[in-house]
Amino acid sequence: MSIGWTREQMAARAAQDIADGAYVNLGIGIPELIAQFVPEGREFVYHTENGLLGMGPPPSEDEKDLDLMNAGKKYVTAAAGASYFHHADSFSMIRGGHIDVCVLGTMQVAENGDIANWSTGAPGAIPAVGGAMDLVQGVKQIYVITQHETKHGEPKLVERCSMPLTGPGVVSRIYTDLAVVEVTPDGFRLVELAPGISFDEVEQKTGAPILPPAR
Amino acid sequence: MIDKQVSSIPEAIADISDGATVMIGGFGASGSPIELIHALIDQGTRDLTVINNNTGNGEVGLAALIGNGQVRKMICSFPKSSQSKVFPELYSAGKIELELVPQGTLAERIRAAGAGIPAFYTPTTVGTVLAEGKESREFDGRRYVMEPWLQADFALIKSEVADRHGNLLYNKTARNFSPIMAMAATTTIVQSKRLVAPGEINPEHVVTPGIFVDRIVEVAQPVHEDTLIGQGRAYP
Repeated sequence: MSIGWTREQMAARAAQDIADGAYVNLGIGIPELIAQFVPEGREFVYHTENGLLGMGPPPSEDEKDLDLMNAGKKYVTAAAGASYFHHADSFSMIRGGHIDVCVLGTMQVAENGDIANWSTGAPGAIPAVGGAMDLVQGVKQIYVITQHETKHGEPKLVERCSMPLTGPGVVSRIYTDLAVVEVTPDGFRLVELAPGISFDEVEQKTGAPILPPAR
Repeated sequence: MIDKQVSSIPEAIADISDGATVMIGGFGASGSPIELIHALIDQGTRDLTVINNNTGNGEVGLAALIGNGQVRKMICSFPKSSQSKVFPELYSAGKIELELVPQGTLAERIRAAGAGIPAFYTPTTVGTVLAEGKESREFDGRRYVMEPWLQADFALIKSEVADRHGNLLYNKTARNFSPIMAMAATTTIVQSKRLVAPGEINPEHVVTPGIFVDRIVEVAQPVHEDTLIGQGRAYP
């Protein structure tokens, strides 16, 4: 019987792999939780696409400023040492390779690092891409946090994405409720199992071959 | 004497005519020049092409302009909103066009227009359906897609502080697209919360230099889109 990691534990595990002093961009959903689990002794500086470097936690009702939001359109605060800038500068930070780590949710991720997280490709759907394609092409390390399977029990880690790509060959690490997986030139490789999870279970729930841990 | 102030909002936007391309500052609710947009609704200008990151929220501001049938085409990165059904309904009914542009490419196309650069190459969209049909080239072993500049007839901008030269300061993340839109449009129209005398803004602090601004109208107590939505308001 699976135990695995909760959303919070997935975020905390991913936070362990982010270096002190890193400039970090967090996607909407589970990635946002990372800010609550910064390992002791480390400082991360959060970038949000709409023009803030040094994003702080959500405001109290008294602190709330209608002109201070994040890319998810939630109200935030500015930490000491923060800066504001316009959108072209913000995406220069992204596209220009100045952001160290971006952590995103996804619908699918493939063994070659392809990511599909912007559109299901369903006919009639209204396309909406936001900054996802800029982030995956520009940020130095792209990490993914996601449930290992969809709500319908289908694998999200696959051989080839069936949905339209956000970017090809960009993901380096994947944090799921079952395991930490890295993308290598030879495909998926297990880094670590969540408590109570076996390699066999991960292998069975992954839609592509997965190698055992290195060494 | 340089004085870009105009005395009323209707006067500020009077020459925006049918068929114009209009950039509108703002990201989500912050930085949206609500009073200028509502004046455009009052004026009834139609067949507009609007450039904004989104398609508005609730039934006020940009969403109301779209809902009023005044917009022929939206150029944006993220047309979906949990707070508005206006655009999705018109789009699904085939009554409005959409040009979807990734957010960073949208910003850079606007910046390029302001900087006099007709096109540039970006890695964004390489290997995706959004790159289909676009010219691409390799530089130093990596592929890039060519993107053209994005010009506009008008930009509608909200600022916190302005002087009669058009020097502008913004408030926090309300800045977003406004400085680059001010550069890219033929005519840039600003609603400012405060108007101060020249010299009161420290030149070291100016965010948008006045050369990029054509008209300023004081709107001392601007309403915020989120406040209107919270009150369940619709415009008109």
